[in-house]
Amino acid sequence: MNKSSTPRQSLGELLPKLVVAPTFVVAVIFIYGFMLMNAWLSFSSSRMLPKYNWAGFLQYEKLFANDRWWVAAENLFIFGVLFIVICLVLGLFMAIFLDQKIRAEGAIRTIYLYPMALSFIVTGTAWKWILNPELGIQRLVREMGFESFTFDWLVNTDMAIYTVVIAGVWQSSGFVMALCLAGLRGVDDNIIKAAKVDGASMPLIYRKIIIPGLRPVFFSAFIILTHIAIKSFDLIIALTGGGPGFATDVPATFMYTFSFTRGQIGLGSAASMMMLMAVITIIVPYLYSELREKNNEH
Amino acid sequence: MNIKRVLIYSILSFAALIYLLPLVVMVITSLKDLDEIRSGTLLSMPQALNFDSWDKAWGSACTGVTCEGLKGYFWNSVLIVVPAVIISTVIGALNGYVLTKWKFRGSTLFFGMLLIGTMIPFQVVLLPMARMLGFLGLAGTTSGLIMVHIIYGLAFTTLFFRNYYISIPSELVNAARIDGAGFWMIFHRIILPLSIPIIVVSVIWQFTQIWNDFLFGVVYSSGDSQPITVALNNLVNTSTGVKEYNVDMAAAIIAALPTLFVYIVAGKYFVKGLTAGAVKG
Repeated sequence: MNKSSTPRQSLGELLPKLVVAPTFVVAVIFIYGFMLMNAWLSFSSSRMLPKYNWAGFLQYEKLFANDRWWVAAENLFIFGVLFIVICLVLGLFMAIFLDQKIRAEGAIRTIYLYPMALSFIVTGTAWKWILNPELGIQRLVREMGFESFTFDWLVNTDMAIYTVVIAGVWQSSGFVMALCLAGLRGVDDNIIKAAKVDGASMPLIYRKIIIPGLRPVFFSAFIILTHIAIKSFDLIIALTGGGPGFATDVPATFMYTFSFTRGQIGLGSAASMMMLMAVITIIVPYLYSELREKNNEH
Repeated sequence: MNIKRVLIYSILSFAALIYLLPLVVMVITSLKDLDEIRSGTLLSMPQALNFDSWDKAWGSACTGVTCEGLKGYFWNSVLIVVPAVIISTVIGALNGYVLTKWKFRGSTLFFGMLLIGTMIPFQVVLLPMARMLGFLGLAGTTSGLIMVHIIYGLAFTTLFFRNYYISIPSELVNAARIDGAGFWMIFHRIILPLSIPIIVVSVIWQFTQIWNDFLFGVVYSSGDSQPITVALNNLVNTSTGVKEYNVDMAAAIIAALPTLFVYIVAGKYFVKGLTAGAVKG
């Protein structure tokens, strides 16, 4: 750069920075600033109104002494594990079947994936109707002649969380299918041909070569599904409303209830910090491995 | 066709049936009257095409204290979605352009910072944001919701455009720069014409996310400013005497139609957005 750098030139250099500046400011305030504020709230004695004092771990102690929190945490665990495992298994198998040069593949794929376009509120509303014991599936099966058939999970304290799993899997498994199918299409045909020449059967080829090759796909799908599970809020609100009682509470509904309807802001923010921790423990290893892969590529 | 193929086709068709059934049940329930619902089963067909519950869901069903159906809330959602999608996509495109073609010291760090924004559970910003909206006088308004959706959508739109623009050869941009083209000229003449596919992805992603949002809607809107998802949930949970499942289902379909429509006409881009938005840095 020479000395005659005119104002115009320096504006030119500044321009790109000016363009991203608003986003930068917004990110600093609305993501990082807010996270810090929220962290502070969780260490304050805030109740109805936010107070920015220091109360140590008071809110966390209250949180951990709260039975409802542990119900919520346990539900998230049950829901999360089942939701993730079932989505992965179903998604993988549907993708493998769809990858067998199926006619009308496009149409079938569209059908598997459309629930992903719906709001969880719509999904929850639909399944609430389908699963309701008086007029839903229970009635349908009884009318078919199985008089003693009972399916009352939606209103059964012990089973209600599994209805959330059903609706969640219905909504998200098609997405895993799409990811797996893309992965399968990326497998090198020559390897499969070579294995066939060596006399390997198709199931064996899938088990030993193709499925292990999909590991990165599973990994991404796992991260996404975990993320959906931890954040799940709308589905539970629409399907069970957290009930019966608070039998299907999850951390997100717990946080909402205590922050916005019970006037326990400090407790709510502590709950949200726990959710953040959960996401971090999942995301950090993911980012780490992603970055390492990228470095290896170069 | 051998037995294995038959088996595969049966499994695939059965699965397709399972995925379709909830939608089918929703549609036929919405077309029945309450007597038919009470006397029939989930799958019994309606006797006639009866759109009364659609009328009611759209124009007169109770959503809490008011009984004016979903129509006002549907338009609220439109009013929120349109500016939020446009603004977040435009800013995302510019950010992506700078982050790939006008890199500066710290631009990678900035991108990393934004990336975290796609991953945090929004619960950690809910309370401070409520306070900020109150401070700005935007609490309980559609403008407030538009702002929230733009802010928390930026990380995603920036990610889309950045990952797309990175594959546009920098030589193209550098050559134009030597010829004296400036920041805006290059964006306008070179980058933008190449951006159509990613613009579609970003618009569809943002549209679906914002239309389907419930968390921000339920926390930051009130009464007249509520988006359709919140109104739908209120409609379903408003119990005035008899439970009208047909109206609930009609309402749910109305709330789902815009995103379903987008999915059906632009499914390819929808899937791209899902995979790009959810993974990859």
